[in-house]
Amino acid sequence: MTQAPELKLVPTPGQTVGPFFGYALPYEKDSELLAPGHPRSIRLHGNVVDGDGAPIPDALLEIWQADETGAISRETGSLVRDGYTFTGFGRAAVDNVGHYTFTTVNPGPTESGKAPFIAMTVFARGLTNRLFTRIYLPEDTEALADDPLLASLDAERRQTMIAEREADGSLRFDLRLQGGAETVFLSYPRES
Amino acid sequence: MSQPPVGGQQPALDPAATMDSQDKLTGEIESIGADYAAAGRLETQPRLDYPPYRSSLLRHPTKDPHHADPETIELWAPAFGQRDVHPLEADLTIQHNGEPIGERIVVAGRVLDGDGRPVRNQLIELWQANAAGRYMHKRDQHPAPLDPNFTGVGRAITGPNGEYSFTTIKPAPYPWKNHHNAWRPAHIHFSLFGTDFTQRMITQMYFPGDPLFALDPIYQTIVDPKARERLVATYDHSITSHEWATGYNWDIVLTGSNRTWMEDDAQDEEH
Repeated sequence: MTQAPELKLVPTPGQTVGPFFGYALPYEKDSELLAPGHPRSIRLHGNVVDGDGAPIPDALLEIWQADETGAISRETGSLVRDGYTFTGFGRAAVDNVGHYTFTTVNPGPTESGKAPFIAMTVFARGLTNRLFTRIYLPEDTEALADDPLLASLDAERRQTMIAEREADGSLRFDLRLQGGAETVFLSYPRES
Repeated sequence: MSQPPVGGQQPALDPAATMDSQDKLTGEIESIGADYAAAGRLETQPRLDYPPYRSSLLRHPTKDPHHADPETIELWAPAFGQRDVHPLEADLTIQHNGEPIGERIVVAGRVLDGDGRPVRNQLIELWQANAAGRYMHKRDQHPAPLDPNFTGVGRAITGPNGEYSFTTIKPAPYPWKNHHNAWRPAHIHFSLFGTDFTQRMITQMYFPGDPLFALDPIYQTIVDPKARERLVATYDHSITSHEWATGYNWDIVLTGSNRTWMEDDAQDEEH
């Protein structure tokens, strides 16, 4: 891979999502990438907390992921779900106690041997720009050990990006925006 | 400046923060701006840690973002299209039985990536207060009237040149509880997707010449004056239409795609 070329234009600055997105961003079945109870479905859920460990009741999360085979959907229809098409995108506003729930599938690796993960963005009042993170599946420990991003983090930080598998098959992933166990948030090339 | 800047002292948290005066806030904002100018290091995005915006105190990560080389899923973005958005959703003035009250405006522009390429067939979502400064939202208790003919929510899919156009009502400023007598400049929230998921962004568009800019700790989270002016639309008489609506132009630039240049690179190698 050669060096990424410099940007020609300066990106527009981000701003906080603010508190009043309620009629705009949530939509019917936004957090249901497939129907709850579907035999393929799993629950992805967790809490969003601030630097005091207090729940953030007005965060908005988005996920973007491959299907079980690692295929990336190019299908439209995330905003108007037909109940059958897996589009790979979902959005969830947290509830009054800062808890979120998605219904989705376990993503497969997009390239053979890679550790599968779900890409996530975080928005909230008080958060001046979006945050990116990854939700890694906990099972493939060999792939996790080989993952270049995880390898570049110390053990404690690495753990904040790996979901916990619960007894019923759910994935549990908590977000801590600040503090000791602060979730690892990501920057990418070509942001400026 | 009627009060000295606070320099290093941690401001009080909500709700006590609502007692702070605008002079105190303006002092904090100016102090950070002076420190930024003296440091001489360009910042083009908002600071996550910006104490004058009190709600950010416990919600900003304290560790620097960790560099990631984007993997396959991050090099693609969800696909949206006509199945998702009806063309009439770009007109916020026709969603109810009657005409909304206020100044009818058209906001139009293009979505580009950091290489100047148009972002085609992608989703734009928008939301805003009404002409009285009130949001259709259960937590907005500002005692200004709701407009039964205005929800303040729109969507569009960008065209082949990355273009978009919304017809709406000019929003008004509104008070909030960051400090005593705090008012937000009039703005429209925009939500954008690119060709790569790493380009996802949400921001706010402002109107030219707003006297509240210098006083607003959210606008000022972008400490570079030139960078924050990128959020201000331009009045554009070519968008204004005869006896109908005034027009504003606002182009949005996303970060650079990491997929397109790598694809170009791979093609060059094949040649």
